[in-house]
Amino acid sequence: MAFLDKHKAIETHATLLMVLSLLVVTIGGIVQIVPLFYLENTIEDVEGVRPYTPLELAGRDIYIREGCYVCHSQMIRPMRDEVERYGHYSLAAESQYDHPFQWGSKRTGPDLARVGGRYSDAWHVDHLTDPQSVVPESVMPKYGYLLNREIDGRYIRDIMGTHRIVGVPYDDAMLENAVADFTAQADPNSDYSGLQERYAKANVSNFDGQPQLTEMDALIAYLQVLGTMVDFSTFTPDASR
Amino acid sequence: MCAKQVTKKPAGQVETTGHEWDGIEELNNPMPRWWVWTFYATIVWAIGYTIAYPAWPLINGATPGVLGASTRADVDAEIKRFDDANAGIKAQLVAAPLASIPADQTLMAYAEPAGGAVFRTYCAQCHGSGAAGVEGKGYPSLLDDDWLWGGTIEDIHLTITHGIRNTTDPDARYSEMPKFGADGLLEPAQIDAVVEHVLAISGQEHDAALAAEGATVYADNCAACHGDAGAGDRAQGAPNLTDAIWLYGGSREKVKETVTYARFGVMPAWAGRLTEDEIRSVAAYVHSRGGGE
Repeated sequence: MAFLDKHKAIETHATLLMVLSLLVVTIGGIVQIVPLFYLENTIEDVEGVRPYTPLELAGRDIYIREGCYVCHSQMIRPMRDEVERYGHYSLAAESQYDHPFQWGSKRTGPDLARVGGRYSDAWHVDHLTDPQSVVPESVMPKYGYLLNREIDGRYIRDIMGTHRIVGVPYDDAMLENAVADFTAQADPNSDYSGLQERYAKANVSNFDGQPQLTEMDALIAYLQVLGTMVDFSTFTPDASR
Repeated sequence: MCAKQVTKKPAGQVETTGHEWDGIEELNNPMPRWWVWTFYATIVWAIGYTIAYPAWPLINGATPGVLGASTRADVDAEIKRFDDANAGIKAQLVAAPLASIPADQTLMAYAEPAGGAVFRTYCAQCHGSGAAGVEGKGYPSLLDDDWLWGGTIEDIHLTITHGIRNTTDPDARYSEMPKFGADGLLEPAQIDAVVEHVLAISGQEHDAALAAEGATVYADNCAACHGDAGAGDRAQGAPNLTDAIWLYGGSREKVKETVTYARFGVMPAWAGRLTEDEIRSVAAYVHSRGGGE
């Protein structure tokens, strides 16, 4: 085939080879990546998924800082054993406001995609402080020092602003009230109506049981919201996706 | 091992690539025939594969594939297969009056292992994989006959369904012990006295004079929930103070801590997370651990 013999011209010409290789890789990349931005069935529209509250977002940063994702995944695959153990399989929409997503790749501990509401706040404090005290079989390290690390949310507005740049729909009111919402969520005696107006069904509680606001509050606020945003009693996923 | 000599064509008879280094030339032999045909076969296979399975991105969605493959449909079918296999016994379990379940051997033959699986998945983190709870941390043992909210299968079923003191279920069991010390309801001296009284009625070493003083404090502040004799009240989840079983510890320090700051043990509601047959199974499992009434 005469056409195929032409490759000699390319292979003996380093610059041409490089340019054409780049072209091939670019086309391959475009075909694989670009459809994800416009195809309606890559992210289905799911009711209930909202951006994280300031306190949850701070907890999420602590989750990342402590490397929780190294041992815990947040991705329930559509397989019977996983659905039976962890709950409804994860939807793409449930991590659409995660930058970066926390799907993880290894389960030394259990999947946490739907850990929200499964245990009480006090259990989380006990368990994070000394995992073996409640689950003797556990190999998880202790994170009790989170109880001593006070936080005031002084940078949370900037962090939310950064998330807005990458597409999380934080509006101006959310940014303006960032610090107020941050403290209100961990104080059931505060006026948290604004917080719950901005963030549907936000869970208000003194998560760590201490008067001061600590990293433990933030982390537990984050853990308690995981997988709880979508109401599966009213939402039926499209089986064709 | 290999006696056969690999035959090489002399350089002159085969076209070279034109590359030459120090007199060594690169021959341009054609690829082996089997390799070339395998390569073409993979291309044909790939085209067939993209027709059979979801693949090509179009305007609004990707081609669904003629085989109709869907992981979501697969997992639904897989779960339905097991649900259908157990549908008969599950329907019986849900239809049966709760009180009749523990005595029904047919139902228990299903409910106990099924409830055990549910327990180890959802309950073991707090109540322990053997249901013995965590002493001193407020996670009660489910093996004994000391029940906070009642030990009949109906009581256990209600507790599992709605939970205790959670904010998500309006029907959750609820009671709240006042923070007698932290909220200034009792003077420190009164707290010391009532703690001695609690030690006295639970048969522990105590200061008799102080305990007698504490009896009045107890009658005025504690008896409404914990009972005049301290036997507790299951309607309010008030623990029995006269036995040796303690949720948060029965030492002088721990009782004082409890009176001062109160306790507020929370259990999640499982109604939305577990199906009715799962809740009944795990209620029957807990009931059969030894303390069921």
